Amino acid sequence: MVSIDLDGAAVDFPIFDAKTRSLKKAVLGRAGGRIGTGSKVPIIEALRDITVSLRKGDRVALVGHNGAGKSTLLRLMSGIYEPTRGRSSVIGKVAPVFDLAVGMDPEISGLENILIRGLFLGMTRKQMESRVDDIAAFTELGDYLKMPLRTYSTGMRVRLALGVVTSIDPEILLLDEGIGAVDAEFLAKARNRLNELVERSGILVFASHSDEFLADLCDTAIWMDRGTIREHGPLREVLRHYKGRDVLAEIEATR
Amino acid sequence: MTTGDDRAEEATSVPAVMPEAAPSRSWRRAFDDLGQGWRQRPLWGYLGWQDIKQRYRRSVLGPLWISITMAVVATAMGILYGALFGEDIRTFLPYVATGLLIWYFINGCILEGSEVFIANEGLIRFLPAPLSLHVYRLVWRQTLFFLHNLVVWGILAAIFRPPLGWSLLLAIPAFMLLIVNGAWITVLTGIIATRFRDIPPIIASLANLLFFVTPIVWQYDTLLKNPAVAERARIAELNPVLHFVEILREPLLGEPIVWHHWIVVGVITVAGCIAALVCLRNYRSRVAYWV
Repeated sequence: MVSIDLDGAAVDFPIFDAKTRSLKKAVLGRAGGRIGTGSKVPIIEALRDITVSLRKGDRVALVGHNGAGKSTLLRLMSGIYEPTRGRSSVIGKVAPVFDLAVGMDPEISGLENILIRGLFLGMTRKQMESRVDDIAAFTELGDYLKMPLRTYSTGMRVRLALGVVTSIDPEILLLDEGIGAVDAEFLAKARNRLNELVERSGILVFASHSDEFLADLCDTAIWMDRGTIREHGPLREVLRHYKGRDVLAEIEATR
Repeated sequence: MTTGDDRAEEATSVPAVMPEAAPSRSWRRAFDDLGQGWRQRPLWGYLGWQDIKQRYRRSVLGPLWISITMAVVATAMGILYGALFGEDIRTFLPYVATGLLIWYFINGCILEGSEVFIANEGLIRFLPAPLSLHVYRLVWRQTLFFLHNLVVWGILAAIFRPPLGWSLLLAIPAFMLLIVNGAWITVLTGIIATRFRDIPPIIASLANLLFFVTPIVWQYDTLLKNPAVAERARIAELNPVLHFVEILREPLLGEPIVWHHWIVVGVITVAGCIAALVCLRNYRSRVAYWV
């Protein structure tokens, strides 16, 4: 069974500045008595009161302005952050695709990076070795895969990362808009593979500002606004309320 | 592309998932973290090797430099301090080398342990993985360093022929204890240091001091035999590192086994593991917020 259940979940980030983060204050504070409100750590409420249930087959678009909490929500769903209040329960193998560069080591070869990234995404060594040819063909990197990653151009790195990510079999796929920054030409090529990947995965949550992409991959949407869920429903309606016009109809009209 | 077997294999390697809504602060989640990390052996095993190869990338001798560095330091210190204290070089050189071998392991765990989560900030914030993964990787890396350095001990043992006996087998449980202690201290100081960033420098300066108060380049026994300082030399026993060094050095040099060192180490191991588990239980889920 694959599911994501968040119940009144909140994510609060404590913001430590250099002073509150050190022992100095705790130690000196005890000797000299409390000074002002210094002992209280300021908190940023990144997410508040998030209640959502996703089941197998759900294809969810995450929309909202910058800083609305889309990425934080994805990280909450991936289990990186556990809710500071409320409850979260995520069942299934999670494949988060947030920052393609993280976990990539510039000093080792592309092949070794493929293996490490695969292992981090929960694959076994054997599974990754059987997929290497497939990834090599998709990325068109050929013998370059034996070179250290630092010799790659940015575009080549993105190809490599996308190649690995699209070759795995996740149950829950969490995509952050980071991949939208890929150059359009390769993305067109990656689109089919992404579609296949989405088919294979049980749940998809996709944060993006590209309406076309969302229309391709998703059928429902969550509109995030200032750390809360403003609306959760069919993609068409949510996008219409968010953008103030029927975006899906426009996309269909241009096709 | 995916066969039935393939799926079954995956089930054993499922990464950070929350099986059911156990609260973040629970023993169950703490032990799950340790268990999930352990099941990802292929990953941290590979990363640990990678860390070592990385350091010596493009050098001709590669990781052999670990052994060479150790041999040079041990020889130089053995000769220098042997002359200063008027010791016989044939026993003193293996003594210093063995002490250094153990010290490097302890020092590595203490120094890098407190930085373990800070250093892996990117991974922690972007890829869901059990915290213990980083701990296992670090201890494994230190173990690999230890094995490289062990070569130097082997060579010196072949040259100077210390009176090794069956007690040599005790080196194995002794090193196991060192590994367990390396793990708990990494968990404990790692979590605390992620919250309070003054801890790593404090630990770094303490580690420097520890080297000199631990009998590595000087011999505890010589001090005890000297009636003028024997009384004060007992203070050295208060240094916990002394006991860790002794339990492993005695079998490696064929010295008589002093059992009270084992008792002290046993007590520290149990207490340390409990402290680390409590810390892991209470603050495991906070580390991602603190890094």
